[in-house]
Amino acid sequence: MTPSSPFDYAPAPESRAVVDIKATYGLFVGGEFVDGHGTPFKTVDPATEEVLAEVAEASDADVDAAVKAARKAHERVWGRMPGRERAKYLYRIARIIQERSRELAVLETIDNGKPIKESRDVDVPTVAAHFFYYAGWADKLEHAGYGTTPLGVAGQVIPWNFPLLMLAWKVAPALACGNTVVLKPAETTPLTALLFAEICQQADLPAGVVNIVTGAGATGQALVAHPGVDKVAFTGSTAVGKAIARTVAGTSKKVTLELGGKAANIVFDDAPVDQAVEGIVTGIFFNQGHVCCAGSRLLVQESIAEEVLDRLRERMSTLRLGDPLDKNTDIGAINSAAQLARIRELADIGEQEVSGERWSPACELPERGFWFPPTVFTGVTQAHRIAREEIFGPVLSVLTFRTPSEAVEKANNTPFGLSAGIWSEKGSRILEIASRLRAGVVWANTFNKFDPTSPFGGYQESGYGREGGRHGLAAYLEGGQR
Amino acid sequence: MSDRIDVRKTYKLYVGGAFPRSESGYTYEVTDAKGAFVANAALASRKDARDAVVAARKAFGPWSGRTAYNRAQVLYRVAEVLEDRRPQFVQAVVQSEGLSASKAERVVDESVDRLVWYAGWADKITQVVGGANPVAGPFFNLTTPEATGVVAVLAPERSSLLGLVTAIAPVVVTGNTAVVVSSYSRPLAAVTLAEVLATSDVPGGVVNVLTGSAATLGPWLASHMDVNALDLLGTAGQTELARDLEVAAADNLKRVRRAPAAEPDFTREPGLDTMTDFLELKTVWHPMGV
Repeated sequence: MTPSSPFDYAPAPESRAVVDIKATYGLFVGGEFVDGHGTPFKTVDPATEEVLAEVAEASDADVDAAVKAARKAHERVWGRMPGRERAKYLYRIARIIQERSRELAVLETIDNGKPIKESRDVDVPTVAAHFFYYAGWADKLEHAGYGTTPLGVAGQVIPWNFPLLMLAWKVAPALACGNTVVLKPAETTPLTALLFAEICQQADLPAGVVNIVTGAGATGQALVAHPGVDKVAFTGSTAVGKAIARTVAGTSKKVTLELGGKAANIVFDDAPVDQAVEGIVTGIFFNQGHVCCAGSRLLVQESIAEEVLDRLRERMSTLRLGDPLDKNTDIGAINSAAQLARIRELADIGEQEVSGERWSPACELPERGFWFPPTVFTGVTQAHRIAREEIFGPVLSVLTFRTPSEAVEKANNTPFGLSAGIWSEKGSRILEIASRLRAGVVWANTFNKFDPTSPFGGYQESGYGREGGRHGLAAYLEGGQR
Repeated sequence: MSDRIDVRKTYKLYVGGAFPRSESGYTYEVTDAKGAFVANAALASRKDARDAVVAARKAFGPWSGRTAYNRAQVLYRVAEVLEDRRPQFVQAVVQSEGLSASKAERVVDESVDRLVWYAGWADKITQVVGGANPVAGPFFNLTTPEATGVVAVLAPERSSLLGLVTAIAPVVVTGNTAVVVSSYSRPLAAVTLAEVLATSDVPGGVVNVLTGSAATLGPWLASHMDVNALDLLGTAGQTELARDLEVAAADNLKRVRRAPAAEPDFTREPGLDTMTDFLELKTVWHPMGV
């Protein structure tokens, strides 16, 4: 394609040659790839709807075998291995992730639909950093304040929005503390987890330390309910999180839940407007809005609302939606047909409910695949469903406020409490508002930043427990969280 | 020998800083360890539990917003006033737990000391639990603990004073507010402790004390959507009740501190988990140099 103007972007696709997708995938149990006994399912490229591979579904018996393999590895090898030796395995894994980073990024983008720019520059580097960080804790646990006794076998269930990153958040601290794991990736994005299994083999990680069972909700339920699991770690929807909390009630299983959110991104009249607009865009359009901590409610002070919205629309007009493998793409594909339907449904409800406008930039959607344009709703009030429910897509609801107290009240008027944003040049205002927001992560004059050393997790119905940092160890040691 | 007739106390609830009777109009008979009648205590109802949650919610903002130093002094003041009313608590423990006077004295001593221990934590827990995070970028990044909110506490059934104090102090010292269901069979110390709280600069609503049954009140508190956390200490050994309450608590993902298999030995120094189980961690990011 010839650019129609000298200022247009020429296509800049990343090569797919670096990945080798197999026709079928089995489960990873006891260090080997094995057949599953459920009904195999297909994973598709959401940008093209092309079937990528057929993946085994783990049956209850397969989950049981994986838990047993993990138990055996915990008792015979991993749980008794000195921390400094465990550390070296984790460092190895971190290094292999760095070595195979482009392959992981391309595969993640193909299976998930996220822009290569993000998988290459955010997801995969953060994954490597996470393993590197927790590797160093393995032989220093006595200094962390939670004792040194691992819990045993961790059952971990992760979502499709950051498949590899969520794997790292779960697996790295669990292994560093001496636990073994059975991990279930999401059914729409299993491929990078299965590539990670190969990385475990390359690292000569002892058999059974990491087990990966693929499947959908039933497989996850079997894992969470398995009596041989000592610890459940889940990232996903609040509804499933509550079901898990009920499942483990009355048992001795420890649980961490990282669930939904409806974050307020608050822009005060003294905010640096250009930075704030960038932050609003990052907050809601990063990863197609498939982010539990997305800044999906923009609270903008009334006096500057018009200016901020004008600039936001202008900025949104420059966002490039399309081929996720194109290095210039800002907004990739929606991960699945089901998620696209959910976004469309809530956006349509928004259109019926709000008095304001539904706006998207002129933006051509590819014919095949799952796509949704970046969308902003103005004139939204707190009663509207698009201001209360997690949409998990590139849809921003704009509300206004007059006083800082009103902003805090509106921001906190949600059963969630995962994250929040504050934009202001006034330090004392930032610190005061940050202390009044009921949210586990507060980004001031920035948004959607993640780091292995920085604990992440929510208040209220956004879940409990923290991932990342020293605090992330508490979830995997006897002396840690409840 | 005086033939004066003594004036007996009415055993009431403690809600929002006031001492109401149960709105239900019900009471139940409290006996001493030997089975002799002591008092008719108010039997708290579902409505009383809800009123207590309203009071606790109202008190949460101001209490959690106080300086840690101030909360430390308030808790220390509770210890002072409890010490001051030592004979009364010794009597309550003797009556309720059937201990000798000297053993009951040790329980009271331990309870006062426990309050002093927790009081000191108010302005230290943040430094021990929080901290700066060395992120790989130009950002200031700080994690600090904050109070979870309204905590429903099912107090231990047997240890009527020391266990009660050990359950309440870690909840409120960090800024939470509490709705406490006292021991059903041994509520005397709880009622007297409420009088101590009312005269110790503890703002009304920060601690609310309900006398009644955990099995009756527990489900309402566990399923209450404006309660943020639940301490199941009082259900030690009652596995079915404990599980049911934990299931109900999942409705709004309350933080649940599960009950131990048996009531613990409260003379042992508690762990930090008694406080951290009712704390949230907040991490604040800010760029540097832009």
